[in-house]
Amino acid sequence: MNNWFSRFLTSSLGKKLLMALTGLFLILFLVVHLSGNLQLLKNDGGRSFNIYAEFMSTNILIQTISKLNFTFILLHVLLSLYLTIQNRRARGSERYAVTSGKSSIWASRNMGVLGTLVLIFIVVHLRHFYGEMHFGSVPTVNYDGKEVRDLASVVDYWFSKDWYVALYVFSMGALGFHLWHGFVSAFQTLGLNHPKYNGLIFFVGKTFSVVVPALFAWIPIAMYFNI
Amino acid sequence: MKLTLKIWRQKGPHVKGEFKTYVHEHVSPDMSFLEMLDVLNTELIKKGEEPIHFDHDCREGICGMCSLYINGRPHGPLQTTTCQLHMRSFKDGETITIEPWRAKPFPVIKDLVVDRSAFDRIQQSGGYISVNTGGAPDANEIPIPKKIADEAMDAATCIGCGACVAACKNASAMLFVAAKVSQLALLPQGHPERKERVERMVAQMDAEGFGACTNTRACEAECPKGISVAHIARMNREYYTAMLSSYELPSKAGGE
Ligand code: HEM
Repeated sequence: MNNWFSRFLTSSLGKKLLMALTGLFLILFLVVHLSGNLQLLKNDGGRSFNIYAEFMSTNILIQTISKLNFTFILLHVLLSLYLTIQNRRARGSERYAVTSGKSSIWASRNMGVLGTLVLIFIVVHLRHFYGEMHFGSVPTVNYDGKEVRDLASVVDYWFSKDWYVALYVFSMGALGFHLWHGFVSAFQTLGLNHPKYNGLIFFVGKTFSVVVPALFAWIPIAMYFNI
Repeated sequence: MKLTLKIWRQKGPHVKGEFKTYVHEHVSPDMSFLEMLDVLNTELIKKGEEPIHFDHDCREGICGMCSLYINGRPHGPLQTTTCQLHMRSFKDGETITIEPWRAKPFPVIKDLVVDRSAFDRIQQSGGYISVNTGGAPDANEIPIPKKIADEAMDAATCIGCGACVAACKNASAMLFVAAKVSQLALLPQGHPERKERVERMVAQMDAEGFGACTNTRACEAECPKGISVAHIARMNREYYTAMLSSYELPSKAGGE
């Protein structure tokens, strides 16, 4: 395994490039996922959400992208584990007795912790929603003669539990902090740092990291309190 | 001023070190940080104790020899070198913790002195340009836009002190390597070895055991020369392009 390609991807810069590319793909995935979730807020008894969910879980193209997405999450997580351990080792056996947090932002120093919180959430959430949809038994409803699984009722069930809503909102907070650093950081990793675009990347990145997690978190809150 | 100093003492590379506390009664706010240590060392020598070893050379902020991790920050609370840091930046009665740079590739030699030759090896792996022998070329023969020359100069101000490594939570040397790569990549004189340079320097950096970059930008905030992480982005671009497009030498090249 000493060809140029494997040397490229296993170098410190190559691994970081993969982190950034998978991270950016996951950001795109968040947008699609959010646009689907927001349909839960429609007052139609979950109809548009169910039709959307049925489409997403049966369409071949979407299912292929979904498998790709799982692969990227796995890659992102494994690389992050590898990098975090390697980076800790680089400090050496003796660590600093005193450190100051003045020269960097908190989120940037805690990407591993924030990522792990997001990962725990992803696992719990996959088990309850993705797992039910693909391997469980979801009751069906009949829309104009077509049998559609009523995923909205499963969501309703979980979003009526206070611990679940709390976990959801907390996890979206962690995701927000992860992205507060991660979004802009990914562009720096790609080498896209230029005075002409830095302002735009910064603005879009910071706005995204607040607005998207906030909208995700709003859905369980709204459903819990019947707003 | 009276100060309490918690200083890392370590007899040698493979010996366990520990903090020792010293009360320093004779500190003037006009002293530089290194002069403050000189005075302490004079007292230690008079008492027959082993003086505290620390790196220093020019004492005018241009050689990159002085180090010291002071109260959790490389070169202390100001964005400067330790020799240019003065005791007026501290309060009377303060406790100051002084540690060596901590990084696996920078092993402690003694007390606060670390071995930074990993930087030399990175530099040797690619931080050079080819110059033909013969008559000296005219200095102004190659046109270089002022902005590019300035950008290269900004990178070239790196004194290789290692504050970036010390400041980084990953003990990453990205800012140092990026400055060296950037400086030569920007100038026409650096172009013949452009791709090979970045490939080799990054490979050497990895081999030395420095960490990867998380883009926390702590290096930029602590660099006494204020070198920007924009150079790291440039190094990334240089590296990706080089890896994807450089000519691989066949493993059994002729000539032998
Ligand atoms: C929807 C989920 C996620 C998104 C959108 C996301 C996005 C990102 C982005 C954009 C970056 C910046 C890459 C760069 O600096 O170049 C990043 C970095 C990182 N992510 Fe994630 N991530 C997600 C989930 C996770 C998970 C589940 C983990 C791990 C358990 C994780 C761990 C990390 C770590 C440790 C870094 C920093 C790596 C480093 O540079 O040292 N992320 N993420």
